[in-house]
Amino acid sequence: MRRFTALFGELDARSGTTARVETLAAYFATADPADAAWALHLLLGKQRRRLITGRRLRQIALEGSALPEWLFDDCYAHVGDTAETIALLWQQLEPETSHGTADGDPEESLLDQPLHRWLGELLPAAAALEGAEQAQAVRRLWQGLEPGALLVANKLLTGGFRLGVAQGLVLRALSQVSGLEPALLAHRLMGGLQLGGPQRDSAQSSAAAWNALLAPAGGVDGPISRPYPFCLASPVEPEPGAPPLPGPASDWLVEWKWDGIRGQLIRRGGEGFLWSRGEELINAAFPELIAAAGALPCGTVLDGEVLVWPEGAERPAPFAQLQRRLGRRAPGRALLAEAPAVFMAYDLLERDGEDWRPRPLSQRRAALDCLLHGAPAAATAPEAGLLRLSPLLSLPAWDSLESLRQQARAAGAEGLMLKAAASPYRVGRRRGDWWKHKLEPLRLDAVLVYAQAGSGRRANLFTDYTFALWSEPPRPGEPAPALVTFAKAYSGLDDGAIAELDRWIRSHTIDRFGPVRAVEPLQVFELAFEGLQPSRRHRSGIAVRFPRIARWRRDKPAQEADTLASALALLQSPEAPEASGDVAP
Amino acid sequence: MPLPPGSLLELTPQGLYCPAAAAWIDPWRPVPRALISHAHADHARPGCGEYWAIGSSEGILRRRLGAAIRLLPVEYGQLHRIGDARVSFHSAGHVLGSAQIRLEAGGESWLVSGDYKRCADPSCAPFEPVGADVFITEATFGLPIYRWRDGAAVAAEILAWWQGAPEQTSILFCYAFGKAQRVLAELAALGVGQPGQPGAEGREILLHGAVQALMEPYRQAGVVLPPARPVSELPRGESLAGRLVIAPPAAQGSPWMRRFKQPQTAFVSGWMAVRGARRRRGTERGFVLSDHADWPGLLQSVRQSGARQVYVTHGNSDGLARYLREVEAISAEPLEGDFNAQRGGERLDGEEPAAQPAATLSKDGEGARASVTGAS
Repeated sequence: MRRFTALFGELDARSGTTARVETLAAYFATADPADAAWALHLLLGKQRRRLITGRRLRQIALEGSALPEWLFDDCYAHVGDTAETIALLWQQLEPETSHGTADGDPEESLLDQPLHRWLGELLPAAAALEGAEQAQAVRRLWQGLEPGALLVANKLLTGGFRLGVAQGLVLRALSQVSGLEPALLAHRLMGGLQLGGPQRDSAQSSAAAWNALLAPAGGVDGPISRPYPFCLASPVEPEPGAPPLPGPASDWLVEWKWDGIRGQLIRRGGEGFLWSRGEELINAAFPELIAAAGALPCGTVLDGEVLVWPEGAERPAPFAQLQRRLGRRAPGRALLAEAPAVFMAYDLLERDGEDWRPRPLSQRRAALDCLLHGAPAAATAPEAGLLRLSPLLSLPAWDSLESLRQQARAAGAEGLMLKAAASPYRVGRRRGDWWKHKLEPLRLDAVLVYAQAGSGRRANLFTDYTFALWSEPPRPGEPAPALVTFAKAYSGLDDGAIAELDRWIRSHTIDRFGPVRAVEPLQVFELAFEGLQPSRRHRSGIAVRFPRIARWRRDKPAQEADTLASALALLQSPEAPEASGDVAP
Repeated sequence: MPLPPGSLLELTPQGLYCPAAAAWIDPWRPVPRALISHAHADHARPGCGEYWAIGSSEGILRRRLGAAIRLLPVEYGQLHRIGDARVSFHSAGHVLGSAQIRLEAGGESWLVSGDYKRCADPSCAPFEPVGADVFITEATFGLPIYRWRDGAAVAAEILAWWQGAPEQTSILFCYAFGKAQRVLAELAALGVGQPGQPGAEGREILLHGAVQALMEPYRQAGVVLPPARPVSELPRGESLAGRLVIAPPAAQGSPWMRRFKQPQTAFVSGWMAVRGARRRRGTERGFVLSDHADWPGLLQSVRQSGARQVYVTHGNSDGLARYLREVEAISAEPLEGDFNAQRGGERLDGEEPAAQPAATLSKDGEGARASVTGAS
């Protein structure tokens, strides 16, 4: 644990990529394999499980201390992270009694215990306890730790620990240490390392996972469920009058960009697996797709999109319907009927157990057509089929690209995908072969009404904003109509604008509700978002998809912000093209 | 909360005012008579009729406010009669020439802390505990998460950081007045600048012009500093590998930085105790070193003042006042008034605000002189 804490500190203190890769490589090269496996697991952000809530940790820290709760909360508001707040406060909170026994025989700090023991044993054991026993166990873990180590320990307890190192850098370091290609390592890492639980042999299984990861190329078979690394697209921004991409349009395969979740459907060894792009196994949430995969020949891997598509409908249901299916361990019969899923396949990664990724897309696509049209999959699946083929769209020349893109909303898609017909299936986001060409976002000018401080890097800054629209158009000389909140946004402003807006919010607060400040309704922001849905859960009656700040409209008085009616107009015309609020007077 | 009417001090639009002395303390706007706690730009502003300040801050005040200002230099502990009030200045341990200001009239005494710290600092006189009936304290770092380590220990970390990168230039961002000299004095105490040590003659520490401009007053006051020279004196093209450069935070991201190829950078400030602030700053390292009192230092000073009433300004004034009332059973209130906004609004960078003229930072010291001319 001492070495991992040092690694965390060094990574935190270095921003250069080369320096960070070197730091990582030095750690991997010398760490105990079981520890290295756990460290890698943490570096890749795979430790998502929360062992103890931040609220409970706060309670344990405050027990028996003289620090008032409100002051802890003030500190938290300033720091933006419970784990760090406790780390900074613990030295003064720690009751004298736990500094060691009265007869001068201090208990040893657990800092020298190896990382795999902390993660595999000590932390889960503390989490499994309750009440006073748990409090005592957590304090025992904290004992004698410096703030830096305390921070790491607390972050491991509260879950979602991020070291802020891009996966590419981790792969480069691993590649340096092992001499293996980063792409191979990325593949071997898909689906996560098998680290074992809190059992006695967790050290052995972690070490085995590490050794298997770094084993020489070829020969080693992974688990049959292992997915391939996803190939990711980059946004294309065509210049007017110039072809958007090199070569003639016929070099490119064009598809809809579906607004679902990216998935990889695997059929191997008589079993089916569905992986999300976040490398979660989502079999349980989509039992009908796993069943449908049974019709595929063994040794088949498809890349595609999971969508909710009611039977007989012309286009997929909005994303909100798919969200109802996500995160459900076992969807009930009613939900399965209301929000039926399909797998819209667009690539073939493995056929008859052979890795087809190096082959050109045109060849993979032809085989996929064959597989889904000619093979038993389509024949046995009901009616339209749960395994579908994402249609290829006809693009005779570049100049028809824009009109094709404008049809996306009507097709229930969020834009176009352009893929080089001759390209292999690459690992990750490599510019050049796969492009996404999304529809212009919808836009509304909204008034800032509430603000709340962010966390982490944005702690102590008001960065979480709530926006409202007018219930009806304001008229000069009359009492202002109501402002109806309709969207929250966190992104889109640069650091300078955030700091400026933060100062403005502090000096224009009209009310406080806990951490939330109500501000004078004066500032107008242009919000961009991907879609609008009717919603009964929102007071405004609409829910927006992926809202973000496009511009700070300093030029616009609040009276000229958009109304609820203008939002509803967007809602009623799904083909509605561009902005509504920006029409020149 | 406003000060009770008829008090020894009252809050006016110009700042804290003592009618008995007909004087303002660190006024925000020009007034006939100003008592100055220290020479940072949010406490000493141009345009006043006369300035009362500690003698060792004279050089810096004249440089910043104009050579021709009417300045009455005073000594720590001297008792002055101004109008009907008795006024004395006592060391605040914040920067060179910093003072707490004590005023007494009509059988009542008030102590205004200015900015202060309680840790040892080889670049200025230590804080002197002073008693008074009413204490007005700052609370820039008024949260218990802020507890400072010894300055010498932090300087040792800085030295290790610098020496750990012999092939890079190490750029350390510190506030130009106070923090920079404290860091230099702490490094000197570790042997930096001695023959055979890092920073020895020929490999001196290099300074941005804004820092260079403040070295002379410190040397005159007898503060031991390592040899240092302005970066601008080095011929273009001379390798800066392995050199330590001290620059004000405003230089970060400015064209001045172009001279350095892939330097390692660090920021020295009390705010660096919090990871979020460190990441936001965009430097690689953050060294936690402040010239303000930490939480235990604030509590200690309030207790030592023996004051029956405490007013809190700057930073977390609400929180410290509430803690004093509820936990320490001391009558305490936040002092209303725009003390924070007077810092130029940069909360996070508020240790020394960027209120000094931008020209100071433009080109190695020339701007500093220009600003003096402009103000006089």
